[in-house]
Amino acid sequence: MTDEARTIRIAAGQGFWGDWLEAPVRQVRGGPIDYLVLDYLAEVTMSILQKQRTRDPAAGFARDFVTQMERILPDIASKGIRVISNAGGVNPRACAVALRAVADRLGLGEQIRIGLVTGDDLMDRLDSLTADGEAFRHMEDDRPLSDVRHEVRAANAYLGMAPIVEALRRGANVVISGRVTDTGLTLGPLVHEFGWSVEDWDRLAAGTIAGHILECGAQSSGGNLLRNWRAVPRLADVGFPIVEAQADGTFVVTKHPGTGGVVNIASVTEQLVYEMGDPTAYITPDAIADFTSIRLRQAGKNRVRVSGVRGRARTPMLKVSIAWFYGFKAVGTLVYAWPDAVAKAKAADAILRKRLKALGLEFEQILTELVGVNATHGRLGGTPDADIAEVTLRVGVRAREREPVERFTREIAPLVLTGPPSVTGFAGGRPQVEEIVAYWPALVARERIEPFVQVELL
Amino acid sequence: MRMVAVQLRYLAHARSGDKGDTANVGLIALSPSLYDLLAREVTARRVARHFKGMVSGVERFELPNLNALNFLLHGALDGGGTLSLKTDAQGKVFSTALLRMKIDVPRKVAKRWRTRDE
Repeated sequence: MTDEARTIRIAAGQGFWGDWLEAPVRQVRGGPIDYLVLDYLAEVTMSILQKQRTRDPAAGFARDFVTQMERILPDIASKGIRVISNAGGVNPRACAVALRAVADRLGLGEQIRIGLVTGDDLMDRLDSLTADGEAFRHMEDDRPLSDVRHEVRAANAYLGMAPIVEALRRGANVVISGRVTDTGLTLGPLVHEFGWSVEDWDRLAAGTIAGHILECGAQSSGGNLLRNWRAVPRLADVGFPIVEAQADGTFVVTKHPGTGGVVNIASVTEQLVYEMGDPTAYITPDAIADFTSIRLRQAGKNRVRVSGVRGRARTPMLKVSIAWFYGFKAVGTLVYAWPDAVAKAKAADAILRKRLKALGLEFEQILTELVGVNATHGRLGGTPDADIAEVTLRVGVRAREREPVERFTREIAPLVLTGPPSVTGFAGGRPQVEEIVAYWPALVARERIEPFVQVELL
Repeated sequence: MRMVAVQLRYLAHARSGDKGDTANVGLIALSPSLYDLLAREVTARRVARHFKGMVSGVERFELPNLNALNFLLHGALDGGGTLSLKTDAQGKVFSTALLRMKIDVPRKVAKRWRTRDE
Protein backbone atom coordinates (compact mmCIF):
# COMPACT_ATOMS: atom_id res chain seq x y z
CA MET A 1 0.00 0.00 0.00
CA THR A 2 1.27 3.48 -0.74
CA ASP A 3 1.95 5.70 2.22
CA GLU A 4 -0.81 8.09 1.09
CA ALA A 5 -3.47 5.40 1.38
CA ARG A 6 -2.23 3.90 4.63
CA THR A 7 -4.42 4.42 7.69
CA ILE A 8 -3.13 4.36 11.25
CA ARG A 9 -5.71 3.70 13.96
CA ILE A 10 -5.06 5.31 17.32
CA ALA A 11 -7.45 4.49 20.16
CA ALA A 12 -8.02 6.42 23.38
CA GLY A 13 -8.15 4.19 26.43
CA GLN A 14 -8.16 6.59 29.35
CA GLY A 15 -9.09 10.26 29.62
CA PHE A 16 -7.79 10.92 33.11
CA TRP A 17 -6.56 9.03 36.16
CA GLY A 18 -9.75 7.47 37.46
CA ASP A 19 -11.44 6.94 34.11
CA TRP A 20 -13.38 3.77 33.20
CA LEU A 21 -11.24 0.74 33.99
CA GLU A 22 -12.89 -1.32 31.23
CA ALA A 23 -12.00 1.07 28.42
CA PRO A 24 -8.48 -0.14 27.50
CA VAL A 25 -9.48 -3.80 27.22
CA ARG A 26 -12.53 -2.89 25.16
CA GLN A 27 -10.41 -0.80 22.80
CA VAL A 28 -7.91 -3.61 22.34
CA ARG A 29 -10.51 -6.35 21.75
CA GLY A 30 -13.35 -4.45 20.06
CA GLY A 31 -11.75 -4.16 16.63
CA PRO A 32 -8.46 -3.44 14.89
CA ILE A 33 -6.21 -0.70 16.29
CA ASP A 34 -2.53 0.10 15.87
CA TYR A 35 -1.93 2.23 18.96
CA LEU A 36 -3.58 2.63 22.34
CA VAL A 37 -2.99 5.95 24.11
CA LEU A 38 -3.55 6.20 27.85
CA ASP A 39 -3.57 9.68 29.37
CA TYR A 40 -3.44 9.85 33.16
CA LEU A 41 -2.07 13.28 33.97
CA ALA A 42 -3.92 16.45 34.86
CA GLU A 43 -2.48 19.58 36.43
CA VAL A 44 -3.23 18.43 39.96
CA THR A 45 -2.22 14.80 39.39
CA MET A 46 1.54 15.45 39.45
CA SER A 47 1.40 16.88 42.97
CA ILE A 48 -0.64 13.92 44.23
CA LEU A 49 1.89 11.55 42.70
CA GLN A 50 4.74 13.56 44.16
CA LYS A 51 3.17 13.20 47.62
CA GLN A 52 3.02 9.42 47.11
CA ARG A 53 6.66 9.25 46.06
CA THR A 54 7.74 11.17 49.17
CA ARG A 55 6.17 8.41 51.28
CA ASP A 56 7.38 5.52 49.10
CA PRO A 57 10.30 5.84 46.64
CA ALA A 58 8.78 3.08 44.46
CA ALA A 59 5.50 5.03 44.05
CA GLY A 60 4.62 8.22 42.16
CA PHE A 61 3.06 6.79 39.00
CA ALA A 62 -0.48 5.82 37.97
CA ARG A 63 -0.78 2.32 39.41
CA ASP A 64 -4.01 1.76 37.50
CA PHE A 65 -1.87 1.61 34.38
CA VAL A 66 -0.04 -1.50 35.54
CA THR A 67 -3.23 -3.37 36.50
CA GLN A 68 -4.89 -2.35 33.24
CA MET A 69 -1.84 -3.42 31.24
CA GLU A 70 -1.84 -6.78 32.99
CA ARG A 71 -5.22 -7.48 31.42
CA ILE A 72 -4.26 -6.42 27.92
CA LEU A 73 -0.61 -7.45 27.62
CA PRO A 74 -1.44 -10.78 25.92
CA ASP A 75 -3.53 -8.92 23.30
CA ILE A 76 -0.85 -6.27 22.87
CA ALA A 77 1.71 -8.98 22.22
CA SER A 78 -0.37 -11.12 19.88
CA LYS A 79 -1.89 -8.30 17.84
CA GLY A 80 1.16 -6.08 17.62
CA ILE A 81 -0.56 -3.09 19.22
CA ARG A 82 1.67 -0.40 20.68
CA VAL A 83 0.81 1.49 23.86
CA ILE A 84 1.76 5.10 24.62
CA SER A 85 1.15 6.49 28.09
CA ASN A 86 2.18 9.26 30.45
CA ALA A 87 1.33 6.97 33.37
CA GLY A 88 4.90 7.40 34.63
CA GLY A 89 3.90 10.58 36.47
CA VAL A 90 6.79 11.71 38.69
CA ASN A 91 8.42 8.26 38.68
CA PRO A 92 8.35 6.77 35.15
CA ARG A 93 11.24 4.41 35.88
CA ALA A 94 9.38 2.76 38.77
CA CYS A 95 6.35 2.46 36.50
CA ALA A 96 8.45 0.72 33.83
CA VAL A 97 9.99 -1.62 36.41
CA ALA A 98 6.52 -2.54 37.70
CA LEU A 99 5.30 -3.24 34.16
CA ARG A 100 8.41 -5.28 33.37
CA ALA A 101 7.70 -7.49 36.42
CA VAL A 102 4.13 -8.07 35.23
CA ALA A 103 5.22 -8.89 31.66
CA ASP A 104 7.80 -11.38 32.93
CA ARG A 105 5.31 -13.00 35.27
CA LEU A 106 2.87 -13.46 32.37
CA GLY A 107 5.62 -15.07 30.32
CA LEU A 108 5.54 -12.21 27.82
CA GLY A 109 8.92 -10.79 28.75
CA GLU A 110 10.39 -11.35 25.29
CA GLN A 111 7.54 -9.70 23.47
CA ILE A 112 7.26 -6.49 25.48
CA ARG A 113 9.87 -3.84 24.81
CA ILE A 114 9.44 -0.87 27.11
CA GLY A 115 10.50 2.62 26.08
CA LEU A 116 11.11 5.02 28.93
CA VAL A 117 10.88 8.79 28.45
CA THR A 118 12.31 11.04 31.15
CA GLY A 119 13.88 14.48 31.37
CA ASP A 120 10.68 16.37 32.24
CA ASP A 121 11.40 16.35 35.98
CA LEU A 122 13.07 19.65 36.91
CA MET A 123 12.84 19.33 40.68
CA ASP A 124 16.59 18.79 41.17
CA ARG A 125 17.48 21.39 38.55
CA LEU A 126 15.31 24.30 39.71
CA ASP A 127 18.07 26.18 41.52
CA SER A 128 20.69 25.74 38.83
CA LEU A 129 18.18 26.77 36.15
CA THR A 130 17.25 29.80 38.25
CA ALA A 131 20.93 30.68 38.60
CA ASP A 132 21.14 30.47 34.81
CA GLY A 133 18.48 33.15 34.51
CA GLU A 134 15.21 31.17 34.41
CA ALA A 135 12.89 33.01 36.80
CA PHE A 136 9.92 30.66 36.25
CA ARG A 137 7.59 33.64 36.49
CA HIS A 138 3.93 32.75 37.06
CA MET A 139 2.24 32.93 33.65
CA GLU A 140 -0.78 34.80 35.01
CA ASP A 141 0.51 37.18 37.67
CA ASP A 142 4.21 37.36 36.71
CA ARG A 143 5.55 36.65 40.20
CA PRO A 144 9.01 35.00 40.23
CA LEU A 145 9.16 31.46 41.59
CA SER A 146 11.58 32.63 44.29
CA ASP A 147 8.46 33.90 46.15
CA VAL A 148 7.44 30.32 46.91
CA ARG A 149 10.60 28.34 46.12
CA HIS A 150 10.82 26.62 49.53
CA GLU A 151 7.26 25.30 49.13
CA VAL A 152 7.75 23.70 45.70
CA ARG A 153 6.77 20.01 45.64
CA ALA A 154 7.08 19.12 41.95
CA ALA A 155 8.27 20.81 38.77
CA ASN A 156 7.87 19.25 35.35
CA ALA A 157 8.39 20.56 31.85
CA TYR A 158 5.77 19.55 29.32
CA LEU A 159 7.64 17.47 26.76
CA GLY A 160 6.32 17.13 23.22
CA MET A 161 6.14 14.20 20.83
CA ALA A 162 9.86 13.96 19.95
CA PRO A 163 10.92 11.49 22.66
CA ILE A 164 7.87 9.31 21.93
CA VAL A 165 8.91 9.16 18.27
CA GLU A 166 12.44 8.26 19.29
CA ALA A 167 11.27 5.45 21.59
CA LEU A 168 9.08 4.01 18.81
CA ARG A 169 11.90 4.29 16.30
CA ARG A 170 14.09 2.25 18.62
CA GLY A 171 11.52 -0.52 18.70
CA ALA A 172 9.56 0.08 21.90
CA ASN A 173 6.03 -1.31 21.89
CA VAL A 174 5.08 0.19 25.23
CA VAL A 175 6.20 3.77 25.80
CA ILE A 176 6.00 5.14 29.34
CA SER A 177 6.64 8.81 30.02
CA GLY A 178 6.34 11.41 32.70
CA ARG A 179 4.88 14.81 31.79
CA VAL A 180 4.51 14.49 28.04
CA THR A 181 1.59 16.59 26.76
CA ASP A 182 -1.69 14.76 26.32
CA THR A 183 -1.64 15.66 22.63
CA GLY A 184 1.97 14.51 22.17
CA LEU A 185 0.94 10.95 23.05
CA THR A 186 -1.13 10.82 19.85
CA LEU A 187 1.08 13.02 17.67
CA GLY A 188 4.15 10.86 18.45
CA PRO A 189 2.93 7.70 16.70
CA LEU A 190 1.66 9.73 13.71
CA VAL A 191 5.03 11.38 13.20
CA HIS A 192 6.72 8.00 13.62
CA GLU A 193 4.45 6.22 11.14
CA PHE A 194 4.20 8.89 8.46
CA GLY A 195 7.66 10.40 8.85
CA TRP A 196 6.32 13.93 9.10
CA SER A 197 8.99 16.60 9.30
CA VAL A 198 9.34 18.38 12.64
CA GLU A 199 8.71 21.59 10.71
CA ASP A 200 5.61 20.43 8.86
CA TRP A 201 3.46 22.71 11.00
CA ASP A 202 0.13 21.96 9.33
CA ARG A 203 0.44 18.22 9.81
CA LEU A 204 1.84 18.56 13.32
CA ALA A 205 -1.13 20.80 14.14
CA ALA A 206 -3.50 18.22 12.64
CA GLY A 207 -1.98 15.43 14.75
CA THR A 208 -2.19 17.72 17.78
CA ILE A 209 -5.89 18.24 17.19
CA ALA A 210 -6.34 14.48 16.81
CA GLY A 211 -4.67 14.22 20.21
CA HIS A 212 -6.97 16.86 21.68
CA ILE A 213 -10.00 14.90 20.45
CA LEU A 214 -8.68 11.71 22.08
CA GLU A 215 -7.22 13.11 25.29
CA CYS A 216 -10.44 13.16 27.31
CA GLY A 217 -11.59 9.68 26.33
CA ALA A 218 -15.32 9.26 25.76
CA GLN A 219 -15.89 13.00 26.10
CA SER A 220 -15.72 13.11 22.29
CA SER A 221 -17.82 9.98 21.68
CA GLY A 222 -21.03 10.74 23.55
CA GLY A 223 -19.95 11.01 27.18
CA ASN A 224 -20.79 14.32 28.86
CA LEU A 225 -22.50 15.38 25.62
CA LEU A 226 -25.14 18.06 26.18
CA ARG A 227 -26.56 18.21 22.65
CA ASN A 228 -29.55 15.86 22.50
CA TRP A 229 -28.21 14.10 25.57
CA ARG A 230 -31.27 11.92 26.05
CA ALA A 231 -30.81 10.49 22.57
CA VAL A 232 -27.19 9.33 23.05
CA PRO A 233 -27.49 5.55 22.73
CA ARG A 234 -26.31 3.02 25.30
CA LEU A 235 -23.84 5.03 27.33
CA ALA A 236 -23.51 2.02 29.67
CA ASP A 237 -21.62 0.43 26.80
CA VAL A 238 -19.90 3.59 25.52
CA GLY A 239 -17.18 3.19 22.91
CA PHE A 240 -14.08 5.32 23.45
CA PRO A 241 -12.92 7.37 20.45
CA ILE A 242 -10.57 6.14 17.75
CA VAL A 243 -8.72 8.30 15.22
CA GLU A 244 -8.08 6.82 11.76
CA ALA A 245 -5.29 9.00 10.42
CA GLN A 246 -3.68 9.38 7.04
CA ALA A 247 -0.34 10.71 5.91
CA ASP A 248 -1.80 13.98 4.61
CA GLY A 249 -2.89 14.97 8.13
CA THR A 250 -6.59 14.33 7.65
CA PHE A 251 -8.34 11.87 9.91
CA VAL A 252 -11.67 10.33 10.84
CA VAL A 253 -12.92 10.17 14.43
CA THR A 254 -14.90 7.00 15.09
CA LYS A 255 -15.37 4.18 17.63
CA HIS A 256 -15.60 0.39 17.52
CA PRO A 257 -18.70 -1.08 15.86
CA GLY A 258 -21.43 -2.23 18.22
CA THR A 259 -20.42 0.07 21.08
CA GLY A 260 -22.66 2.70 22.65
CA GLY A 261 -22.28 6.44 22.56
CA VAL A 262 -22.12 8.57 19.42
CA VAL A 263 -19.50 10.22 17.24
CA ASN A 264 -21.03 13.17 15.42
CA ILE A 265 -20.26 16.81 14.69
CA ALA A 266 -21.79 17.84 18.03
CA SER A 267 -19.77 15.35 20.09
CA VAL A 268 -16.49 16.27 18.40
CA THR A 269 -17.18 20.02 18.55
CA GLU A 270 -17.94 19.92 22.28
CA GLN A 271 -14.58 18.26 22.88
CA LEU A 272 -12.78 20.72 20.57
CA VAL A 273 -13.96 23.73 22.58
CA TYR A 274 -13.20 22.09 25.94
CA GLU A 275 -10.53 24.08 27.86
CA MET A 276 -10.03 26.33 24.85
CA GLY A 277 -8.27 29.68 25.06
CA ASP A 278 -7.53 31.73 21.94
CA PRO A 279 -8.64 29.27 19.23
CA THR A 280 -6.17 30.63 16.68
CA ALA A 281 -3.24 29.80 18.96
CA TYR A 282 -3.44 26.43 20.68
CA ILE A 283 0.15 26.25 21.87
CA THR A 284 1.90 22.92 22.37
CA PRO A 285 5.62 22.02 22.47
CA ASP A 286 5.30 20.69 18.90
CA ALA A 287 3.35 23.36 17.00
CA ILE A 288 0.73 26.07 17.33
CA ALA A 289 -2.61 24.78 16.06
CA ASP A 290 -5.31 27.04 14.63
CA PHE A 291 -8.73 25.71 15.64
CA THR A 292 -10.45 28.18 13.32
CA SER A 293 -9.07 26.18 10.38
CA ILE A 294 -10.69 22.86 11.34
CA ARG A 295 -13.30 21.45 8.96
CA LEU A 296 -15.68 18.77 10.23
CA ARG A 297 -17.90 16.57 8.07
CA GLN A 298 -20.15 13.68 9.01
CA ALA A 299 -18.77 10.87 6.83
CA GLY A 300 -21.06 8.02 7.79
CA LYS A 301 -22.61 6.79 11.00
CA ASN A 302 -20.31 7.47 13.95
CA ARG A 303 -17.65 8.82 11.62
CA VAL A 304 -16.53 12.46 11.57
CA ARG A 305 -13.92 13.55 9.06
CA VAL A 306 -11.48 16.25 10.19
CA SER A 307 -9.51 18.21 7.60
CA GLY A 308 -8.15 21.63 6.72
CA VAL A 309 -6.03 22.04 9.84
CA ARG A 310 -3.38 24.74 9.72
CA GLY A 311 -0.52 25.27 12.11
CA ARG A 312 2.36 27.61 12.84
CA ALA A 313 5.90 27.17 14.11
CA ARG A 314 6.38 26.05 17.69
CA THR A 315 7.56 28.59 20.25
CA PRO A 316 11.10 28.66 21.69
CA MET A 317 9.70 28.02 25.17
CA LEU A 318 8.30 25.00 26.97
CA LYS A 319 5.62 25.19 29.61
CA VAL A 320 6.51 24.05 33.10
CA SER A 321 4.00 22.85 35.62
CA ILE A 322 5.07 23.56 39.18
CA ALA A 323 3.19 22.28 42.22
CA TRP A 324 3.68 24.15 45.49
CA PHE A 325 2.31 23.78 48.97
CA TYR A 326 -0.19 26.53 49.69
CA GLY A 327 -2.17 25.71 52.85
CA PHE A 328 -5.24 23.83 54.01
CA LYS A 329 -8.93 23.58 53.27
CA ALA A 330 -11.98 21.63 54.40
CA VAL A 331 -15.58 21.41 53.27
CA GLY A 332 -18.49 20.45 55.52
CA THR A 333 -22.03 19.61 54.45
CA LEU A 334 -25.40 19.14 56.18
CA VAL A 335 -28.81 18.48 54.66
CA TYR A 336 -31.87 20.50 55.77
CA ALA A 337 -35.40 19.26 55.05
CA TRP A 338 -38.78 20.79 54.31
CA PRO A 339 -40.47 22.89 55.55
CA ASP A 340 -38.38 26.06 55.14
CA ALA A 341 -35.32 24.05 54.09
CA VAL A 342 -33.50 27.05 52.61
CA ALA A 343 -34.22 29.30 55.59
CA LYS A 344 -32.95 26.62 57.99
CA ALA A 345 -29.74 26.13 56.01
CA LYS A 346 -29.12 29.87 55.96
CA ALA A 347 -29.75 30.12 59.70
CA ALA A 348 -27.30 27.27 60.34
CA ASP A 349 -24.67 29.03 58.21
CA ALA A 350 -25.10 32.23 60.24
CA ILE A 351 -24.70 30.35 63.52
CA LEU A 352 -21.61 28.53 62.25
CA ARG A 353 -19.97 31.77 61.15
CA LYS A 354 -20.70 33.42 64.53
CA ARG A 355 -19.09 30.51 66.33
CA LEU A 356 -16.01 30.53 64.11
CA LYS A 357 -15.65 34.25 64.75
CA ALA A 358 -16.14 33.88 68.51
CA LEU A 359 -13.36 31.27 68.51
CA GLY A 360 -11.09 33.86 66.93
CA LEU A 361 -10.32 31.64 63.95
CA GLU A 362 -8.91 33.36 60.91
CA PHE A 363 -9.52 32.12 57.40
CA GLU A 364 -8.51 33.38 54.00
CA GLN A 365 -12.01 32.56 52.89
CA ILE A 366 -15.27 31.04 54.07
CA LEU A 367 -17.56 30.05 51.19
CA THR A 368 -21.18 29.02 51.67
CA GLU A 369 -23.17 27.29 48.94
CA LEU A 370 -26.68 25.89 49.05
CA VAL A 371 -26.54 22.83 46.83
CA GLY A 372 -29.84 22.65 44.99
CA VAL A 373 -30.15 26.44 44.96
CA ASN A 374 -27.00 28.33 44.01
CA ALA A 375 -23.90 26.09 43.98
CA THR A 376 -23.30 25.92 40.26
CA HIS A 377 -25.15 28.94 38.83
CA GLY A 378 -24.87 31.45 41.69
CA ARG A 379 -27.56 34.10 41.64
CA LEU A 380 -28.59 33.00 38.12
CA GLY A 381 -30.31 30.02 39.74
CA GLY A 382 -33.05 32.42 40.84
CA THR A 383 -35.29 32.19 43.90
CA PRO A 384 -35.60 28.63 45.13
CA ASP A 385 -38.97 26.93 45.30
CA ALA A 386 -40.42 27.74 48.75
CA ASP A 387 -41.58 24.15 49.00
CA ILE A 388 -38.21 22.57 48.11
CA ALA A 389 -37.90 19.14 49.79
CA GLU A 390 -34.32 19.60 51.00
CA VAL A 391 -31.18 21.62 50.48
CA THR A 392 -27.54 20.81 51.21
CA LEU A 393 -25.64 23.44 53.17
CA ARG A 394 -22.03 23.28 51.99
CA VAL A 395 -19.45 25.42 53.76
CA GLY A 396 -15.79 25.49 52.78
CA VAL A 397 -12.87 27.23 54.51
CA ARG A 398 -9.29 27.89 53.46
CA ALA A 399 -6.29 29.02 55.53
CA ARG A 400 -2.51 28.97 55.29
CA GLU A 401 -2.28 27.26 58.71
CA ARG A 402 -3.74 23.88 59.57
CA GLU A 403 -5.08 24.78 63.03
CA PRO A 404 -8.12 26.94 62.13
CA VAL A 405 -9.16 24.49 59.41
CA GLU A 406 -8.85 21.57 61.84
CA ARG A 407 -11.04 23.44 64.35
CA PHE A 408 -13.62 24.21 61.67
CA THR A 409 -14.07 20.49 61.01
CA ARG A 410 -15.21 20.10 64.65
CA GLU A 411 -17.89 22.78 64.28
CA ILE A 412 -20.13 21.08 61.69
CA ALA A 413 -21.57 18.10 63.59
CA PRO A 414 -22.51 20.16 66.69
CA LEU A 415 -24.97 22.11 64.53
CA VAL A 416 -27.14 19.01 64.45
CA LEU A 417 -28.17 19.37 68.10
CA THR A 418 -27.41 23.05 68.63
CA GLY A 419 -28.87 24.65 65.50
CA PRO A 420 -31.98 24.78 63.32
CA PRO A 421 -34.18 21.65 63.10
CA SER A 422 -34.79 18.97 60.44
CA VAL A 423 -31.14 18.28 59.71
CA THR A 424 -29.55 15.06 58.51
CA GLY A 425 -26.82 13.74 56.24
CA PHE A 426 -23.89 13.87 58.67
CA ALA A 427 -23.23 10.13 58.83
CA GLY A 428 -19.94 10.58 57.01
CA GLY A 429 -18.39 12.05 60.13
CA ARG A 430 -16.11 15.08 60.41
CA PRO A 431 -14.90 16.76 57.23
CA GLN A 432 -11.29 15.95 56.30
CA VAL A 433 -8.59 18.60 56.35
CA GLU A 434 -7.00 18.68 52.92
CA GLU A 435 -3.57 20.00 52.02
CA ILE A 436 -3.73 22.46 49.15
CA VAL A 437 -1.03 21.99 46.55
CA ALA A 438 -1.39 24.88 44.14
CA TYR A 439 -0.45 25.01 40.49
CA TRP A 440 2.19 27.44 39.20
CA PRO A 441 2.41 27.57 35.41
CA ALA A 442 5.67 28.98 34.02
CA LEU A 443 7.89 28.87 30.94
CA VAL A 444 11.44 27.70 30.37
CA ALA A 445 13.74 28.04 27.37
CA ARG A 446 13.38 24.93 25.23
CA GLU A 447 17.11 24.35 24.82
CA ARG A 448 17.57 23.83 28.55
CA ILE A 449 15.36 20.74 28.56
CA GLU A 450 16.82 17.50 27.25
CA PRO A 451 14.38 14.60 26.99
CA PHE A 452 16.02 11.26 27.68
CA VAL A 453 14.88 8.10 25.95
CA GLN A 454 15.82 4.62 27.02
CA VAL A 455 14.53 1.46 25.40
CA GLU A 456 14.72 -1.54 27.73
CA LEU A 457 17.62 -2.65 29.92
CA LEU A 458 15.88 -0.68 32.65
CA MET B 1 -40.30 41.97 12.69
CA ARG B 2 -41.80 40.64 15.94
CA MET B 3 -39.06 39.58 18.34
CA VAL B 4 -39.23 37.10 21.18
CA ALA B 5 -36.78 36.57 24.05
CA VAL B 6 -35.39 33.02 23.95
CA GLN B 7 -32.98 31.30 26.30
CA LEU B 8 -29.70 30.22 24.65
CA ARG B 9 -30.41 26.63 25.72
CA TYR B 10 -32.82 26.37 22.80
CA LEU B 11 -30.38 27.77 20.25
CA ALA B 12 -27.03 26.30 21.25
CA HIS B 13 -25.19 23.68 23.23
CA ALA B 14 -22.05 24.29 25.21
CA ARG B 15 -19.11 22.82 27.10
CA SER B 16 -16.76 24.46 29.56
CA GLY B 17 -13.37 23.88 31.12
CA ASP B 18 -10.79 25.80 33.12
CA LYS B 19 -7.36 27.39 33.00
CA GLY B 20 -6.45 28.56 36.47
CA ASP B 21 -9.06 31.04 37.66
CA THR B 22 -10.55 31.39 34.17
CA ALA B 23 -13.48 29.32 32.94
CA ASN B 24 -13.98 28.91 29.21
CA VAL B 25 -17.38 28.37 27.65
CA GLY B 26 -17.62 27.12 24.10
CA LEU B 27 -21.08 28.06 22.85
CA ILE B 28 -22.05 25.99 19.81
CA ALA B 29 -24.97 27.14 17.64
CA LEU B 30 -27.41 24.48 16.46
CA SER B 31 -27.19 25.70 12.85
CA PRO B 32 -25.04 28.03 10.72
CA SER B 33 -27.80 30.66 10.59
CA LEU B 34 -28.15 30.53 14.37
CA TYR B 35 -24.38 31.05 14.55
CA ASP B 36 -24.77 34.36 12.74
CA LEU B 37 -27.49 35.35 15.17
CA LEU B 38 -25.43 34.35 18.18
CA ALA B 39 -22.32 36.11 16.86
CA ARG B 40 -24.40 39.30 16.60
CA GLU B 41 -26.30 39.07 19.88
CA VAL B 42 -24.08 37.21 22.34
CA THR B 43 -21.37 39.84 22.65
CA ALA B 44 -18.62 39.84 25.28
CA ARG B 45 -20.32 42.85 26.81
CA ARG B 46 -23.69 41.16 27.16
CA VAL B 47 -22.12 38.03 28.57
CA ALA B 48 -20.26 40.17 31.11
CA ARG B 49 -23.59 41.70 32.11
CA HIS B 50 -25.18 38.25 32.40
CA PHE B 51 -22.39 37.16 34.78
CA LYS B 52 -22.15 40.48 36.63
CA GLY B 53 -20.69 39.95 40.11
CA MET B 54 -19.59 36.42 39.16
CA VAL B 55 -16.66 37.17 36.83
CA SER B 56 -14.06 39.92 36.55
CA GLY B 57 -13.84 40.10 32.76
CA VAL B 58 -14.97 38.46 29.52
CA GLU B 59 -13.13 37.83 26.24
CA ARG B 60 -14.81 36.41 23.13
CA PHE B 61 -13.35 34.48 20.19
CA GLU B 62 -15.15 33.39 17.02
CA LEU B 63 -15.00 29.98 15.35
CA PRO B 64 -17.41 30.24 12.42
CA ASN B 65 -16.00 26.96 11.06
CA LEU B 66 -17.44 25.15 14.10
CA ASN B 67 -20.51 27.42 14.46
CA ALA B 68 -19.03 28.26 17.84
CA LEU B 69 -18.08 31.19 20.04
CA ASN B 70 -15.52 30.77 22.79
CA PHE B 71 -15.81 32.90 25.92
CA LEU B 72 -13.09 33.29 28.53
CA LEU B 73 -14.64 34.21 31.86
CA HIS B 74 -11.86 35.56 34.03
CA GLY B 75 -11.99 35.38 37.82
CA ALA B 76 -14.91 32.95 37.60
CA LEU B 77 -13.62 30.10 39.73
CA ASP B 78 -12.92 31.59 43.13
CA GLY B 79 -9.17 31.10 42.68
CA GLY B 80 -9.54 28.00 40.52
CA GLY B 81 -7.79 24.64 40.60
CA THR B 82 -7.06 23.28 44.05
CA LEU B 83 -7.47 26.67 45.78
CA SER B 84 -11.14 27.08 44.99
CA LEU B 85 -13.72 26.07 47.59
CA LYS B 86 -16.52 25.96 45.03
CA THR B 87 -18.44 22.81 44.13
CA ASP B 88 -17.63 23.61 40.50
CA ALA B 89 -14.01 24.57 41.13
CA GLN B 90 -13.00 23.64 37.59
CA GLY B 91 -15.92 25.31 35.86
CA LYS B 92 -17.20 22.04 34.43
CA VAL B 93 -20.82 23.24 34.34
CA PHE B 94 -20.28 26.99 33.95
CA SER B 95 -21.36 26.43 30.33
CA THR B 96 -24.91 25.72 31.45
CA ALA B 97 -25.09 29.01 33.35
CA LEU B 98 -24.49 30.83 30.05
CA LEU B 99 -27.33 28.86 28.44
CA ARG B 100 -29.72 30.65 30.85
CA MET B 101 -29.06 33.95 29.06
CA LYS B 102 -31.90 35.26 26.86
CA ILE B 103 -31.55 36.97 23.51
CA ASP B 104 -34.18 38.51 21.23
CA VAL B 105 -34.84 36.49 18.11
CA PRO B 106 -37.45 36.78 15.33
CA ARG B 107 -40.67 35.00 16.29
CA LYS B 108 -40.32 32.42 13.53
CA VAL B 109 -36.83 31.48 14.70
CA ALA B 110 -38.15 31.10 18.24
CA LYS B 111 -40.98 28.94 17.03
CA ARG B 112 -38.69 26.70 15.05
CA TRP B 113 -36.16 26.03 17.82
CA ARG B 114 -37.86 26.55 21.15
CA THR B 115 -40.30 23.71 20.71
CA ARG B 116 -37.49 21.22 20.40
CA ASP B 117 -36.80 19.04 23.37
CA GLU B 118 -33.29 19.66 24.55
